[in-house]
Amino acid sequence: MKDESRLLKKVREALEKMGLFALFLGEVAKWTFRKPFRARLVTEQLETIGVMSVPIILLSSLSIGMIFSLQLGNFLSMFRAEILTGAAVAKTMSRELAPVVTTLMLIAKNGSAMTAELGTMRSTEQLDAMETMSVNPIQYLVVPRVIASVIVFPVLTGIANIVGVLGSYFITVMVRGVDAAGFLDQLYSYTRPRDISSGLIKAAVMGLLVSLICSFYGYHARGGSRGVGDAATRAVVTSSVGILIADYIMADIMIKVLFR
Amino acid sequence: MDAIVSVRNLTKSFGPVRVLQGLDMDFPRGKITSIIGQSGTGKSVLFKNIIGIMTPDEGSILVDGEDIAGLPEGEKRRVRRKFGYAFQDAALFDSMTVGENIAFPLREVLGMKDRKAMQRIVREKLEWIDLPGIEGKFPSELSGGMRKRVGVARTLAVEPDILLFDEPTTGLDPVLSESINALIRRVNEEFGITCIVISHDIIGTFHIAHRIGFLADGAIQAAGDPGEVARAEHPILRKFLQNSFTDLRLDCEDEEEE
Repeated sequence: MKDESRLLKKVREALEKMGLFALFLGEVAKWTFRKPFRARLVTEQLETIGVMSVPIILLSSLSIGMIFSLQLGNFLSMFRAEILTGAAVAKTMSRELAPVVTTLMLIAKNGSAMTAELGTMRSTEQLDAMETMSVNPIQYLVVPRVIASVIVFPVLTGIANIVGVLGSYFITVMVRGVDAAGFLDQLYSYTRPRDISSGLIKAAVMGLLVSLICSFYGYHARGGSRGVGDAATRAVVTSSVGILIADYIMADIMIKVLFR
Repeated sequence: MDAIVSVRNLTKSFGPVRVLQGLDMDFPRGKITSIIGQSGTGKSVLFKNIIGIMTPDEGSILVDGEDIAGLPEGEKRRVRRKFGYAFQDAALFDSMTVGENIAFPLREVLGMKDRKAMQRIVREKLEWIDLPGIEGKFPSELSGGMRKRVGVARTLAVEPDILLFDEPTTGLDPVLSESINALIRRVNEEFGITCIVISHDIIGTFHIAHRIGFLADGAIQAAGDPGEVARAEHPILRKFLQNSFTDLRLDCEDEEEE
């Protein structure tokens, strides 16, 4: 009986949270298209989320390109097909690895910070202060983060694609001694523009999801510093799981639509 | 009485809890009105309804004769520009400097773009609160009393008609409390701004307020000038006043013994 009521309570709480998230989405959509448009705040977020994240994206994508080439090269050498390493890396990086790894890195670096900043502002009445001045906190704080994320995630994914392939070139050609011309030839033959564009579209959708989820948890944080910490943890977990589910759905749709 | 804000039959509930139950109160123009009462009696709820960030279940809130209770959000924002709100913990934006905090409403509310004009206003406001030259400091570098004064300076930047003070002296020592009470008096006397204060600081309230309302059981139980409220017969108010002034007497006796 007790378990049953606890379960019902959990279900009710989950439904309430979903309703709250739907209302939040509506508010963000409404305030995105209302004046004033604050370009300065979007630029600031482009710098924070984008420019400041370049080093970590370079490092992670280079590592993945190199490690993937090392493992794949080993496997392909059994069929004397190491020359395909670059093409395989470029295809998987552009379609899946670059958008997913870039997004996970950005969740760790910026998503948690987004939640913590908004949560702290909530608990110290800074959001209330904005409201009393007739400045809508969603328009001032959330909308610039969402717009910047939708722009920045694909850009960083593009960078990750290039750097990942460079890492693959270094391992395959310079370390393992595979012919450079053959490596590039296979790379160009097998990698299509739609491989790259599908990854960039995924990255934009993931940017939208991550910024919305992380802002939502921060905006509705309760319970002082502990509440802010809990909100940041929930935001990271929810957005990480959320983007993997969204990735599967998008991959399924794109295979049917783009890669027939 | 020329009331700038009039609250009529204000009722507000949260679930089964009725916090405000038919509250009536007039706030005279150009005067300091204090609302006193025990914790959890709904003083902050009253403020949030007055400023329009909470909607009453029943009743009306007249600001300059306009009932804001039923207004759509856009109209409420227009009326809200008549108000300034000094928060209990100042609620300064901690990622901005003091100067940026004071310039924030100038840029975002008044739409000012002239940086030099904004800097001049920031300087003037900081000089007015006796804290010149702290534009570049962050809120975390200031003491509690300084933060509260900067909070007041930020609200004054847009020259509101009505300034709401939420527990302005809570957490401050008696000397700082006195300086904040003096600041409220100056705001009222020098700018003619109507001040509405909610406070636990009974002694300070009797020093600065022109009018006092005692809030208990969701309604104003006694209202009038400080003399009238001091003579009111409401039992909780009597106890409230007796405790506060007994504390004061004990403090005085301690000082005499020393």
